[in-house]
Amino acid sequence: MKPPSFDYVRPRSLSEALGILAARGDGARLLAGGQSLMPALNMRLLSPELVVDIGGLDDLRGIVERDGLVRIGALTRHVDLQRSAIVVRHVPLLAVAIDHVAHPAIRNRGTIGGSIAFADPAAELPACAVALQARMIVAGMAGTRIVPADEFFLGIYETALGPDEILVALEFDAVGPDQRSAFAELARRRGDYALVGLAAHARVDADRLDEVRLVYFSIGPTPVRARTAEALLTGRPLTRDTVTAAQAALAADLDPPADTQASSAARRQMARVLLARVVMELLDPVPIGAGG
Amino acid sequence: MTAPPFSPFDRPNSYIGRSVPRPNARRLLAGRGQFTDDVQFARLTHVAFLRSPHAHARIRGLDLNAAKAAPGVIVIATGADLARLCRPWVGTLTHFAGLKSPPQYPLAIDRVVWRGEPVVAAVAATRALAEDALELVVVDWEELPAVADMETALDPATSVIHPEFGDNKAFSLHLESGAVDQAFAAAHQVIEAEWHFGRHTAVSLEPRTMVAQFDPSEQRLTVFQSTQTPYQMQDVYARHLGLSDAQVRVVAKDVGGSFGMKLHVYGDEMATAALSMMLGRPVKFVADRLESFVSDIHARDHRVKARVAVTADGEITAFAVDDLTGIGPFSAYPRTSAVEGNQVIRLIGGPYRHRHYRADLKVVFQNKNIMSQYRAVGHPIACAVTEAMVDLAAASVGLDPVELRRRNMLTDDMYPYTSPTGFVFERLSHHQCLDRLVGHMDYESLRAEQERLRRHGVFRGIGIAAYIEITNPGPAFYGVGGARISAQDGCILKLEPSGQVRCLVSVTEQGQGTETAMAQVAASVLGIPLDAVRVVTGDTEVTPHGGATWASRGAGIGGETVLRAARALRDNILALAGTILQAHADTLDIRDGLIVDADGGRERMALAELARIAFFRPDTLPPDFQPEMTVARHHVPRGQPFAFTNGIQAAHVEVEIETGFIKLLKHWVVDDCGRVINPQLVDEQIRGGVVQGIGAALFEECIYGADGQMQNGTLADYLVPMAGEMPDIVVDHVSTPTVYSELGAKGVGEAGTAASAAAVLNAVNDALRPLGARVTTIPLTPDRVLAALGKLDA
Ligand SMILES: Cc1cc2nc3c(=O)[nH]c(=O)nc-3n(C[C@H](O)[C@H](O)[C@H](O)COP(=O)(O)OP(=O)(O)OC[C@H]3O[C@@H](n4cnc5c(N)ncnc54)[C@H](O)[C@@H]3O)c2cc1C
Repeated sequence: MKPPSFDYVRPRSLSEALGILAARGDGARLLAGGQSLMPALNMRLLSPELVVDIGGLDDLRGIVERDGLVRIGALTRHVDLQRSAIVVRHVPLLAVAIDHVAHPAIRNRGTIGGSIAFADPAAELPACAVALQARMIVAGMAGTRIVPADEFFLGIYETALGPDEILVALEFDAVGPDQRSAFAELARRRGDYALVGLAAHARVDADRLDEVRLVYFSIGPTPVRARTAEALLTGRPLTRDTVTAAQAALAADLDPPADTQASSAARRQMARVLLARVVMELLDPVPIGAGG
Repeated sequence: MTAPPFSPFDRPNSYIGRSVPRPNARRLLAGRGQFTDDVQFARLTHVAFLRSPHAHARIRGLDLNAAKAAPGVIVIATGADLARLCRPWVGTLTHFAGLKSPPQYPLAIDRVVWRGEPVVAAVAATRALAEDALELVVVDWEELPAVADMETALDPATSVIHPEFGDNKAFSLHLESGAVDQAFAAAHQVIEAEWHFGRHTAVSLEPRTMVAQFDPSEQRLTVFQSTQTPYQMQDVYARHLGLSDAQVRVVAKDVGGSFGMKLHVYGDEMATAALSMMLGRPVKFVADRLESFVSDIHARDHRVKARVAVTADGEITAFAVDDLTGIGPFSAYPRTSAVEGNQVIRLIGGPYRHRHYRADLKVVFQNKNIMSQYRAVGHPIACAVTEAMVDLAAASVGLDPVELRRRNMLTDDMYPYTSPTGFVFERLSHHQCLDRLVGHMDYESLRAEQERLRRHGVFRGIGIAAYIEITNPGPAFYGVGGARISAQDGCILKLEPSGQVRCLVSVTEQGQGTETAMAQVAASVLGIPLDAVRVVTGDTEVTPHGGATWASRGAGIGGETVLRAARALRDNILALAGTILQAHADTLDIRDGLIVDADGGRERMALAELARIAFFRPDTLPPDFQPEMTVARHHVPRGQPFAFTNGIQAAHVEVEIETGFIKLLKHWVVDDCGRVINPQLVDEQIRGGVVQGIGAALFEECIYGADGQMQNGTLADYLVPMAGEMPDIVVDHVSTPTVYSELGAKGVGEAGTAASAAAVLNAVNDALRPLGARVTTIPLTPDRVLAALGKLDA
């Protein structure tokens, strides 16, 4: 479990980093918090020629809110999200989800950019980004482009990022007074990747939901929207029957994988349970920090 | 000589029975621990192993040229190379009649028989360079059919792993006692069930680690090793590498957990020692986590079919069991892989008074990693089968599980008692333990709450598991079968000129606090402050030869050894004091490090002063008086082949029936390990053991595919129990000291592990009972619970 040898650089500016990527392309890998990259190197699943440590790019750090937009720099660590009042107020879904990401030692180093760019299908933050329709701010030699979250995640560990691009930030709309988010996951142990998880966001009017987005994770190659179930929950009073119908509709929306942790059938059952839980939560939220 | 005025256990400043802090805790917490990997060597080299990617394959060819030319490489060695330096070993012992196992070599030769078997060794300047070189080794594999499923291992259609044996059966055993068939024929109820126990593994915090250093000038091999049995390993290295014991030194520095996993002989470790002899240089091997999962011994892996006969008033009259267990391709050396199954079938039914018993054991070979002894060998399986069957028996006659146990457990008037499997119980305390347990749990209220919550769709369960635990083994365990594993332990105790005492003892420390317990015994018997005793363990050149640590023997055997040595040194000190003070030795005592008048306690002289005279001014003593300030004693248990402890555990759980998730609410243990030397250490042994058993119950499993590949060999996929999910664990004690030693300690290292999985299994099935569901396989994963509840659609 020792990595194969590689070269290492620590650029001081974004343009320098982009220049290095442009020159080295496929043979280079960015290093952010290292919490996914280092294990992959140690297990020799990856063997880049060059590791480009972007830890010195301070412009990629920090959380700011302006005019109803929240911008979170790619190097913002999980622990920074946990501690941010801006996140709690304006992007509460992230505030809830981040407590489920790994353990303190990992949250002290792991970054939101690393999590999004790594695109682990079991990770929480990509699903939240899709649920909230985040915009990924991506820098390349040719300039900056914006990729909507819906178009960002392409497959297992596969994103819209080119080999010479850097994710610099995520941008979220601050939640409006009539919008709510909910989050639930089932993990065997606190901090584990979930067997199944669900990030949800909707407009709420009494007992009606609109613009419902149900984004499952750990249930397919990317965050998976349950579109049929979303449609069944949209625009009508929510009753036990609507929820049951939406749960049944998941059969069409989801095709969960089987692995050593859970069978496909167990994941499907758990997905149904989570749906009921997030609907309850959307209608009757528990304040952040309450409960446990 | 004279008896002290108080026994060491009740004298005013005795440390026995007190929760004194562990002296080594401060050092370890300060990061000053010295584990094997911390030891520095000049000209150190590092070895890494190419391991088989196949469960079963022929090695048609090996191309090592590129690897040999790789940067930093010192040598690339194959199985054939090392077979010239190291004699093979065979994991059989004569007291397991019929046990078969083929010779095993450090590295595979011509054929691999499990995924993870070491094949090629690369020694290089760094571990990373050694791993780089291994990537350049080209092996021409011819895959062979793998035997993975133990259920079909004996089918004629299944290929035979070792053709010379004719079949895949390693060992079998039949036990029969009483009139089993009549008992079943006469029963009011016969309950039958089949239980499955997954494989798991130790996952010690510190992996297997060693540095072997051969000095050609002296022809001496020194091995620094993370092991629990340095003396056994000294003997193994000597005999298999063509050296004498005197040429081999094994040193165990701090050891970060072992759990029975670090007393087996591993090919990669034998290879490391052989490579150091080949090179005349120190060679370091540190198993990384990935190779630990496929090379550290695995544990358990049983399918047990059980039947129990019950009378109408709830008397259990007979058990009949059939245990099938898979051990991988070899029986482990030098303790064999037969002990686990043997203990399962001899321990089943242990706490109960039935007189009719039948058991069949089949131990089969497979193309999987080797299975062998691990904490609480056989006990968790025996306990789970017994206790799960007892719960079914209770339900079948409409009795509460506590009541059925009351009616069937051995009673205080039955000892000494010989069980149907031939175990002799000196004195156990099942009923006292049960009564205490029920009190701690507030059992009736828990039952009432359970009833109430069920009506709200909350399913809680209460599970109880009584156990017996084998401890303090004498030669009956291994020595009689021909294993060169010491049954006795030794202690050298010396008073030094400072007046302080050094205790060199053969039992070893892997984090459980053995050294502290030994210091407590020595200080209490001698009558000196605890911090005046320094305990040294784990160096075959320094400490006496002994069994070291396994089968819960440290406190019981090691403690008694230290007690006897301390008595002898105390007598010597008082004899000297009497001579100096011109008083009768039996009018003197040692208290708090001072020689005092036994009567009245007046201070007469400090130990340091006595030591000064002994060492520097013996000329002032009578010419015929020789002070002996160093004593040595050995101790081996006699009177019984091994001791038994007993106890009982209970688990309270909540099963979320929608998801199959299990929440542990609380756990209780009442244990009887005889004399408790250090309550805190004992309680933490029990708690740690309980957590390990909970790991087996809920989380840990080495999952294999039909191709013999382990599919979850990383810490992301193999779930160890973690603090967040663990319940509070209440621990209490009943104390029935053994009369076969003065100390009366019976050992406690495995009691927690023995019964916690059984308690959790019973609790979960108790929760599921009103739903008509039952789980019969551990670990109890959400999938298995959901399947039992019929909640998995096709
Ligand atoms: C024991 C353990 C448990 C974990 N549990 C969870 C969990 O429950 N849920 C969860 O979501 N995660 C979990 N993680 C992963 C953790 O959240 C990682 O921090 C995260 O996935 C990656 O972030 P990082 O900053 O460490 O990225 P790195 O490891 O540095 O990089 C990961 C990948 O992303 C690329 N990358 C990084 N930053 C950028 C960027 N700005 N632009 C483009 N590419 C970039 C890198 O090149 C690399 O390929 C766990 C990790 C560990 C070790």
